[in-house]
Amino acid sequence: MEQLLENFSLDLFVKQTILFLILIFLMVKFAWKPILKALNDREEGIKDALDSAESAKLEMQNLQADNQKLLQEARLERETMLKEARDLKNKMIEDAKGEASVQASKIIEQAQAAIASEKQAAISDLKAQVANLSLEIAEKVVKEELSNKDKQLKLVESMLGEAKLN
Amino acid sequence: MNYKGIKVVSKLTTIFSLIFLISFTAFANDGNKGEYNDPVNTQEEINEYIEHHVKDSHDFHLFDYYSNGEEHAVGFPLPVILWGENGLTAFMSSAFHHDDSGKVIVEKNGSRFVKNHGTIYELADGADTVVYDAEHHPTNASKPFDLSITKSVFGILLFGLLMLLWFGKLGRQYKKNAVPTGFGRVLEPLVIYVRDEIAKPNIGPKYRKFTGYLMTVFFFIWISNLAGLMPFGFNVTGQLAVTASMAIFTLVVYLFSSNGHFWSHQLWMPGVPYLIRPLLAIIELAGTLLIKPFALMVRLFANITAGHIVVMSLISIGILMKKDMSAFGSTTLSLVLSMFITLIEVLVAFLQAYIFTMLSALFIGMAVEEGEHH
Repeated sequence: MEQLLENFSLDLFVKQTILFLILIFLMVKFAWKPILKALNDREEGIKDALDSAESAKLEMQNLQADNQKLLQEARLERETMLKEARDLKNKMIEDAKGEASVQASKIIEQAQAAIASEKQAAISDLKAQVANLSLEIAEKVVKEELSNKDKQLKLVESMLGEAKLN
Repeated sequence: MNYKGIKVVSKLTTIFSLIFLISFTAFANDGNKGEYNDPVNTQEEINEYIEHHVKDSHDFHLFDYYSNGEEHAVGFPLPVILWGENGLTAFMSSAFHHDDSGKVIVEKNGSRFVKNHGTIYELADGADTVVYDAEHHPTNASKPFDLSITKSVFGILLFGLLMLLWFGKLGRQYKKNAVPTGFGRVLEPLVIYVRDEIAKPNIGPKYRKFTGYLMTVFFFIWISNLAGLMPFGFNVTGQLAVTASMAIFTLVVYLFSSNGHFWSHQLWMPGVPYLIRPLLAIIELAGTLLIKPFALMVRLFANITAGHIVVMSLISIGILMKKDMSAFGSTTLSLVLSMFITLIEVLVAFLQAYIFTMLSALFIGMAVEEGEHH
């Protein structure tokens, strides 16, 4: 203890106290305050940057998920559209087929009707011609064989009987 | 002052300080009549030399050499500033001609001064040497107030200036760029280390207010300790006055920042029987006001002083063991041992700065801690 006290110099103590006090004030003012402020700002800046990067990442992920969803929807829509188009096509073909057959049968009917009426007309025409022809024949026969009248008549009747219609 | 000017001053000061700390160039002083062929080589002389070295002194003494039978001391003087009976007196310490035994009298400003074992006395009228009484108090001389730039004061000024320039520059660098360049890159992690490893964990959320003080203490002690390992032999943190001053700074800081919770625990400890509480209060008060600062003061002083003494003792092995081990053996032994101890001292230099700062932070943390509200 005595040795300690002997080592202690009051002059140096006073000088150190004053100088150290000045040093603390100067260091705080010119060094530690700006340094600590800058370090704090920088650390906060880094933290903010990391946070915003994280949120940007999340946003990106959301965006990607949205894109995926949109893509899925678009695909589904395309498929339904394709299906509808296919159905429509099939229906149109069916419809066309049906209409065509109806039309065809109608045409056939008309044709048959036309054929039938033509046939009727032809038959009546033929009947008229046959009658004319018969009359001409009869005339000739009459002209030639007016003498043999009975015989002639028998012949006409047999000839008419033979002339069958179709 | 503009930025460029500060930069140049900073660079120059750093360079000069480094040259000053590392090189051995010194100014030769006028010789002192001494006996030739009487170097410091006995046990007693070495002890005295070591004891002299760990004390503060009024000049830088590097080495002595002999020429023409005269002893020449190499070093350089420092200003002596005294506040004595005739007011302020200033002269260079070379006026004492390296005398430390009270023989050389310096007459200045109507006063006569002698230097005896590192202390300057103002002689009373008619006296020409200091006479001591039984309790080692001078009877015919008074002690003027010594404002001299002694070796330690020079060190304090130099280290303070270096810190101011280095860290001030680092602080200015941040204005331009968020990342420092050059030497600032070395200093920045140290600042962050003190803040994150010493201030934050020990003080808690209120650390910001005390970080400036803790960092000043840490870097001042560390730089002083390291400078103590270089030539020129600064022994700033090995001066009891210096460590006492810093310990009292810590005491003042934690006393002034202490809160009600701290004092309620000091004076009336809750949770113990009422009879024991006054006893505990005495113990706690003694701890807070005396033991903590005393421990801070003695720990740093003793570690650094002991380091210096051990290194010098190991170096002196080379002289003392010469007879037993031959010159080569003793020199090798002392070199190897002192090299290892010096390496350990480099660690101790950091460790003691860390411990002083850490304990200061811990004491401040105890004083500002908020009680848990039950």
